[in-house]
Amino acid sequence: MAMTDAQAEAPAEPAAPAIEHQMATEMADEVHEGQLHILPRNHAVMRMSEVQMAEKANAPLEDENDQTMLMNMGPSHPSTHGVLRLMLEMDGETVVRSKPVVGYLHTGMEKTGEALTYLQGPTNVTRMDYAAPLFNELAFSLAVEELLGIEIPPRATWIRMLMSEMNRISSHLLFMATNGMDLGAVSMMIYGWREREEVLRFFELVTGLRMNHNYIRPGGVAADLPDGWRDSVLRLLEILPPRLEEYDILMTGQPIWRERLQGVGVMRADEAIALSTTGPVLRSAGVPWDLRRDMPYLAYDEVEFDVVVGTYGDAFDRYAIRLNEIRESMRIVRQILDKMPKGNYRAADTKVTPPPRARIDESMEALIHHFKIFTEGFKVPEGEVYAAVESPRGELGCYIVSDGGPKPYRMHIRGPSFINLQTLPHMMSQGLIADAVAVISSVDPIMGEVDR
Amino acid sequence: MSETTEDLETEEPIVETPDVPMAFGAPLVESTGGQLVIHPARENWLLVASAILADGFFMCIDVTAVDYLTFQGQRPLPAGVAPERFELVASFINHARAERIRARVQIPEDDPTVGSLSTLYPGSDYLEREVFDMFGIIFEGHPDLSRILMPENWEGHPLRKDFATGAIPVQFKGTK
Repeated sequence: MAMTDAQAEAPAEPAAPAIEHQMATEMADEVHEGQLHILPRNHAVMRMSEVQMAEKANAPLEDENDQTMLMNMGPSHPSTHGVLRLMLEMDGETVVRSKPVVGYLHTGMEKTGEALTYLQGPTNVTRMDYAAPLFNELAFSLAVEELLGIEIPPRATWIRMLMSEMNRISSHLLFMATNGMDLGAVSMMIYGWREREEVLRFFELVTGLRMNHNYIRPGGVAADLPDGWRDSVLRLLEILPPRLEEYDILMTGQPIWRERLQGVGVMRADEAIALSTTGPVLRSAGVPWDLRRDMPYLAYDEVEFDVVVGTYGDAFDRYAIRLNEIRESMRIVRQILDKMPKGNYRAADTKVTPPPRARIDESMEALIHHFKIFTEGFKVPEGEVYAAVESPRGELGCYIVSDGGPKPYRMHIRGPSFINLQTLPHMMSQGLIADAVAVISSVDPIMGEVDR
Repeated sequence: MSETTEDLETEEPIVETPDVPMAFGAPLVESTGGQLVIHPARENWLLVASAILADGFFMCIDVTAVDYLTFQGQRPLPAGVAPERFELVASFINHARAERIRARVQIPEDDPTVGSLSTLYPGSDYLEREVFDMFGIIFEGHPDLSRILMPENWEGHPLRKDFATGAIPVQFKGTK
């Protein structure tokens, strides 16, 4: 095929696009070569199958003093966040090349999604990123609503925002716990979980479940906020700030903690962009990119918040970004409390919304309608759409192709953890194996989302 | 799109269909919700992708595919684009202009190969491996085209529509 030739013939002088962004212009000069040469540590990516690795690792050494060692880490290693396996080529304590091996949690959720109706869809996708389930539901619902062309009422939008931000808090608290544990601040694990538990109690109050809520659904949310939700949120907003101060004492200001993280797993901005990273990993490199601000969805253009950006692109920046994003999320939640509108919590569109419970008792038609929506589902017009939200880990996208039936013809989730994992070999390169743990932890991968 | 895309169009040796708007040398359509979608020909895919990159779309945000084998509805493709069984779907982001663009490339069943984005966009590495794993589409020039989610010795490509799904025997299902 002549494709490589065609690539060589690509316009040698790309016309300078009208871009104000300084960094973008700098990169544009070299653009016709592609972005591969941007990666100074591309040699650190191991290109070896698992079988080859096993053969090589068992082969006898030719010269004992001039050999690197092939090593396996995981898949069930406490610091690999579940079931991430790493194949490492070590030179003493130094990582030369590495390759993440994933797929241990793969259960074919995208295939499953093709067999579930649009109303059942959220129950499936919510299990992908299990630390931030509401974002999966949100991305899926936004995509379906775009295909349906329906508007959801303001209250539903603001409830979704409230739940998203609470979920961002709980997810980042979980990161605080696991990150602390990975790096030896073991008591931090208990602190992080303690605070996260408080947020999960709020979720239980609102959705009935601590995880996998199936709360955000196409057309709105499953139920209105219960009585007392405001007090529950206010209580959290009272509890959390002093606890975050404790984290600062325990970790941020600690010389040991800083020594452990600063300068570890450094990533430059152009590398991060070339590797398609999003979320805190991208922002730590100094790229101010947050979909909530730059491509607003829901009503994020109506609240004030700062996008937290790092400077050095190291593991400490990624820790600090997440810690401060908790504070920013609390700031957004405060504004949501003031602005929460009254009204319906789901679209009044009878096509997608089941009838209110009370009407089912008095109307036969309502009962039939209810029955049909939950058994057959509702039909979604033909089309294809991509919807994206800023999850705690980056851009969570949902691509749906509809053939006009009640089930998606194709449902694809772009999991930010999956793509962010590509940075591991680059960030671990020429680092110590002990720092590899810090690097994995700082990417904060959720393997359910990686493997789907 | 910006003015520069028009310049690029004229440079590229692509047959233009008169009534279809073009961008990066490929037919441009507005999909659901006003999302911009281009339909490059498979032969031009890398050329189009490098034009997209040159226009400031520095990030390849997503690569996936769709198997249209059993699709019941209409496939509204712009004039000059013949539907094929597989479709590669790649999305790009321009951070400076806060724009997105999506490319849909038709890939025939009898020769499921397409050029790999990995030189232009190294971040497409895992995504292309996933598409290869799930759909059996071969990316020419990919540095490590191996299965990523399924086991290495797996046979078949699960997200193809003709991949047999079904129940596996569960030990206690039938017991009373």
